[in-house]
Amino acid sequence: MITVLNSGIYSSIQDLGRSGFAHIGVPVSGVMDSYATKIGNQLLHNSLEEAVIEITFGGCKFLFEKGLQICLTGANFTPTIDGEKVSMNSVLDVKKGSVLSFGKKIFGVRTYLSILGGISSEVVLNSKSFYKGITTSFVLKKGDQIKINSTTSENKKTLSKIKIEEHNFTAKCINCCKGPEFELLSKTEQELLIETQFTISNDNNRVGYRLKEVFKNQLKPILTSGVLPGTVQLTPSGELIILMRDCQVTGGYPRVLQLTEEAINILAQKTTKDKIQFELK
Amino acid sequence: MSNFQLSYKTYGDSAILIEWSSEISEIILNDILNFKSKIEKELELKDCIVGYNSILLVYDFVLINSIEKIAFLKELYQHKSFIEKKKIAHWEIPVCYDKQFGIDLDEISKTIKISTQEIIQLHTETIYTVYFIGFLPGFLYLGGLNEQIIIPRKATPRLHVPKGAVAIGGNQTGVYPNQSSGGWNIIGNSPISFFEVQNQHPCFAKAGDKITFKSVSFEEFNYIKNQVKGKNYQLQKI
Repeated sequence: MITVLNSGIYSSIQDLGRSGFAHIGVPVSGVMDSYATKIGNQLLHNSLEEAVIEITFGGCKFLFEKGLQICLTGANFTPTIDGEKVSMNSVLDVKKGSVLSFGKKIFGVRTYLSILGGISSEVVLNSKSFYKGITTSFVLKKGDQIKINSTTSENKKTLSKIKIEEHNFTAKCINCCKGPEFELLSKTEQELLIETQFTISNDNNRVGYRLKEVFKNQLKPILTSGVLPGTVQLTPSGELIILMRDCQVTGGYPRVLQLTEEAINILAQKTTKDKIQFELK
Repeated sequence: MSNFQLSYKTYGDSAILIEWSSEISEIILNDILNFKSKIEKELELKDCIVGYNSILLVYDFVLINSIEKIAFLKELYQHKSFIEKKKIAHWEIPVCYDKQFGIDLDEISKTIKISTQEIIQLHTETIYTVYFIGFLPGFLYLGGLNEQIIIPRKATPRLHVPKGAVAIGGNQTGVYPNQSSGGWNIIGNSPISFFEVQNQHPCFAKAGDKITFKSVSFEEFNYIKNQVKGKNYQLQKI
């Protein structure tokens, strides 16, 4: 069991999301950075779909009620266990009664805490991913107790680690494909969309990232149609919205670009004022 | 059947978007639902998202040869296979149009110069078609609103629209399945639940179904609300 002593700004339990429920309007959800999550689960030899704790901007404190093996991936917020600095992207042995906390930001936004054996929590529509209105809780709160699936000592892993390039967190380049309404933009607009360096506005979260710059356009709204995480919508007022994991299943704004899965993961580690530039694959 | 000119586009690296002409019509809806049934019989997809004039097919892998996949879909569309028609249900949804719920009724009445009684009558005498479910879990996109009560969305959306709010936005009408923000004009409230995650079918309705609204008094509203709470309410099928 892990007890939440401090839940930080926004922490939740997430797996790779719930697909197959778009016909009743249920979003996919799931970890914002699936790449970081998979590294953690892989290092622990968990199933890659295993649920993890997604921590936004560090600031959390967790008490381990029993000895566990864990792994921290994604954003580096100077993690410590009982005050001792520990490494990212490494299997860590955590003793019963110890406390994991976070400090200064080095890079990134979202840190993932994966645990050997995985989290035992409510499964709704085939997924453990928190989402308001679907799961009982949608955010972790102080005092919450997270149950861990039991494992035998044979399952214990050697203390393996891998090195992740910091570049993954600092690169501005966001790879994408043309969206279904891309060709409705004029040639000049198309070029501008690719050549402009955009800034992430302070309206960025699990649902979507709005960009600061106004992109003037003459596109008309479309008949409501399917959208996906990674879809870039362009509103009549010139707002660019990059949909993220908790986005609705349908939308009525023209879809000018579609991010690759890798690009969604890169964007998930960016925040307000960070710069990005779209690059067509 | 199956003779529309469809467009096929790749959507990112692991989805394909199929589009019909840009209009809202029941003929297109039926063609979409038929094609969707055929596709789901043939392919294992991660998800399949229906819109007014589109289906978005989400594959579980990156499409290396999308041209081949599109050719397969084109052939499947033309293929005359027998599809078992899904049973269409017609649901009667109780709505209380009392002014304490229908907070925009007076303003709408002034704008379109039709009495609130008439607005309620026009709203309840129509048989609506469920085109698809989107926006929020259990939010039905309904077609068929009477032209006389088309009202533009509010310039500034409300931050808190209550659960069950029945509203009109442009030529669309719908029920908010949960509290959310929203820019539609609120004319009433329905005591029934449009999304119950623990049910085997969390949303009772599906694309293609029919809906009518039935005006109920505040007392009936409370009675039904209590029944819904105690899980004793049986939604009326027509």
